[in-house]
Amino acid sequence: MTEHSPTMWEEIKGQGYSRRDFLKFCAWTAAFLGLESSGIGKVVHAMETKTRLPVIWLHGQECTCCSESFIRTSHPIVGDIILDHISLDYTETLMAPSGHQAEKSLHDTMKKYKGEYILCVEGSIPLGDDGVYCCIGGKTMLQVFEEAASGAKAIIAWGNCATYGCVQSAKPNPTDATTVQKLVSGKPIINVPGCPPIAEVMAGTILHVLTFGRIPELDGQGRPKAFYSRRVHDTCYRRPNYDAGLFVETFDDENAKKGYCLYKVGCRGPVTYNACAINKWNNGVSYPIQSGHGCLGCSENDFWAHGPFYKHLASFPGFGIETTADDIGIALGAATAVGITAHAVSTNIKKRKEINKEVEISRIKNIEKEGGEKNG
Amino acid sequence: MAKRIVVDPITRIEGHLRIEAEIENGKIIDAYSSGTMVRGIELILQGRDPRDAWAFTERVCGVCTTVHALASVRCVENALDIKIPPNAELVRNLMFCALYMQDHVVHFYHLHALDWVDVVSALKADPKATSEIAQSISPWPKSSPKYFSGLQKRLTTFVESGQLGIFANGYWGHPAYKLPPEINLIGVAHYLEALEWQKEIVKIHAILGGKNPHPNYLVGGAPVSININEANALNMERLAYIQQLLQNAKTFIDQVYIPDLLAVAPYYLDWAGIGGGVSNYLSYGDLPTNGYADISSFKLPRGIILNRDLKNIVEIDPTDEEEIKEYITHSYYDYSDGDKAGKHPWKGETNLNYTGPKPPYDQLNVSSKYSWLKTPRWKNKAMEVGPLSRMLVAYAKGDEQVVELTNAVLKKLNAPVGALFSTLGRTAARGIESAVVANWALEFYDQLIANIKNGDSRMANMEKWEPETWPAEAKGVGLTEAPRGALAHWIVIKDKKIDNYQLVVPTTWNGSPRDADGQRSAFEESLIGTPVADPEQPLEIIRTIHSFDPCLACAVHLYDEKGTYVHKVETF
Repeated sequence: MTEHSPTMWEEIKGQGYSRRDFLKFCAWTAAFLGLESSGIGKVVHAMETKTRLPVIWLHGQECTCCSESFIRTSHPIVGDIILDHISLDYTETLMAPSGHQAEKSLHDTMKKYKGEYILCVEGSIPLGDDGVYCCIGGKTMLQVFEEAASGAKAIIAWGNCATYGCVQSAKPNPTDATTVQKLVSGKPIINVPGCPPIAEVMAGTILHVLTFGRIPELDGQGRPKAFYSRRVHDTCYRRPNYDAGLFVETFDDENAKKGYCLYKVGCRGPVTYNACAINKWNNGVSYPIQSGHGCLGCSENDFWAHGPFYKHLASFPGFGIETTADDIGIALGAATAVGITAHAVSTNIKKRKEINKEVEISRIKNIEKEGGEKNG
Repeated sequence: MAKRIVVDPITRIEGHLRIEAEIENGKIIDAYSSGTMVRGIELILQGRDPRDAWAFTERVCGVCTTVHALASVRCVENALDIKIPPNAELVRNLMFCALYMQDHVVHFYHLHALDWVDVVSALKADPKATSEIAQSISPWPKSSPKYFSGLQKRLTTFVESGQLGIFANGYWGHPAYKLPPEINLIGVAHYLEALEWQKEIVKIHAILGGKNPHPNYLVGGAPVSININEANALNMERLAYIQQLLQNAKTFIDQVYIPDLLAVAPYYLDWAGIGGGVSNYLSYGDLPTNGYADISSFKLPRGIILNRDLKNIVEIDPTDEEEIKEYITHSYYDYSDGDKAGKHPWKGETNLNYTGPKPPYDQLNVSSKYSWLKTPRWKNKAMEVGPLSRMLVAYAKGDEQVVELTNAVLKKLNAPVGALFSTLGRTAARGIESAVVANWALEFYDQLIANIKNGDSRMANMEKWEPETWPAEAKGVGLTEAPRGALAHWIVIKDKKIDNYQLVVPTTWNGSPRDADGQRSAFEESLIGTPVADPEQPLEIIRTIHSFDPCLACAVHLYDEKGTYVHKVETF
């Protein structure tokens, strides 16, 4: 276990000053602030104890996989985060009190740290039937969320549920499960999608705010660029197999045992922005593709609508190496400015003929089978 | 006159649970358990590819992640008559065991311990005396006076900061806390150590399933391949990694969890007479050692115990439409043929009808419908499911390790077998199960190595992967045991798609509202007679409820018309 982050007193002590020097400094500070002599004690206490960032963590329609992922973080470990870095004042998963006492913790922080606390939201917020599909302490999640959001300094939307609605918002979205970003305007929102997000990505997002004193730079969908700016496909260690046209044809075949590309058994890596192939999971142990299963695309909007999961992508939206033959010239033109991706495109062109044939066959199949399914 | 108290939210569980209890003369005389959140996953599954169902249902719960995926692939394999290779069975068993060890330890330390351990009292402990106690109960090396004084100092700094975080407004100082300060300090130390340890054991899921929470599964086997001469598959490095994690887990359970359980329990022996609840126990069993079709090969045996009679184990048939039925008399649903009769899951329906009070509300209308949980019954009987049920069935069937450990625990506590039917018994059973599972996991690992050594590297049976090979219509059931109890998925496949999909999950058995005959389910029944010293601080209620390890997200079903509006919060 690492030590907690140093207080002002510990820092001063570390620089060789005595306790007497420290108290003199506190008295001077108190005088400077215009406090009575009785205020010195408060200054001493404050400098010895430094306020940790208050955090309220709400649970809506979710499965708690985000909280479970959060407690798996390795750097820093979660014990250090909650003892030394933040004050996790409300989370139904870990907090000691229940019922009224739990609600008191929530209200104390909303009042005492109005405008200063970070609101974390795990889960979606159902709007159907006036929100009766998720109630906490007799209130709807919507009511609880509205109250907590209004006094928050910033909001972190954990996971695919809070960011995009996840499984409960899949067609036909029976409860009208709704996301944080659709309900809030005028507040900074950090979207940290994934089902769940990677533990160290969650910790990294919080630590970024604490360490640099500002929210991380976000992409167009409100996701931290530090973790969501690269496609799994572009960072995947099996990518050379794709470029060489070496594919797993079916699970556990000879090619699977050699670790070939999983594109043809449904991998969504080419349309998924996440850090799985870079940071990997559970402190760098593995990630889905490394363990033989394609990426499900769990950090993407509406990924449940893009099934069946084992049917491979016919074409990829946006710029990418898998753009269809007709588009590839345009893609190349755009790619020259993008550097690394351009290289990937040019290496893949050699295999384009074979791949395109496969792609075209499956695309026709998909259209035949799916009909209007995606329009739901 | 009885006083109604409300505990909502029940924290340190998965999901949203509300308990309302009637208290008279310091004891609970009636109780109501209500699930207050729904998502409607069963409806979302209709019309989808059966091979995808595991991914949807796995998202039912992130705490007992993997169990729904396992029940799901099994129900599809059952429907399509797919037999998976022995290696895949072993991989599933290893993932099962890894989950049990992680989940039970997290439950004990992070969800349940604060009901018994007074964190504030730990500030008063003598580190030297703490060290002596720790060393007398376990060879675990982190037990020096310096270690405990360092931790105590850290805890003191934390408390003096005035920001108590998750510990704020706890029931500290409540008369029902009985541990001496030194054991409280050991509890806090191991709370933090267990938090750090639990992230290790789940690395087995990352190796075999790519990630945790929510590793990947596959109909027909397991997605990971074995190739001991390849960098991109299970080779000796990956296998040794698994073995090391399993050995470390066994050490943690044997040297930390079990000694702590046995150190805490003697102070709470009165809880061996509280919280008994319903007297029937159901286990589907799991951990096959000779293929899933051979039920007699299960490490965790299948069966039902009625009226606490450990001499007779009753058989269960989940495909018999007269045995398991779900009722909605007190649940916010409608059945097409009325609310009275139950339905077998293959014929299950999920039609919403919220008739509860308009939020914000103070009390539920418990005389009518009051929960999103349906009420499952086996031949009209309420069943308890979970570690206690599994250990009782294993004990009654004479499993050697379970009998030996259970008897050792009872002897240590100087308690009769009947003490198991209680809040304390439930908590002890979870510990016993963790210890035997830690042993079994190493056996499964050895078997996997033996198979590979014998030249068997098969991991998936893909013969019936393509929908062209499926019959026009098929139905199946997939059973497993989630850490918190019996779990089953029922599927009906028509025209290569899911026609109906129903889940009956552990907390639906335990936490459901009354049935059509007014019989209480396990949560409600277990609270009857529980003492409540201070209605403002209902510590005793959450003790018993936590002993079941509730998981509410699993427990609910729903369908409704899609709403259309988007509500904007004006934050400035």
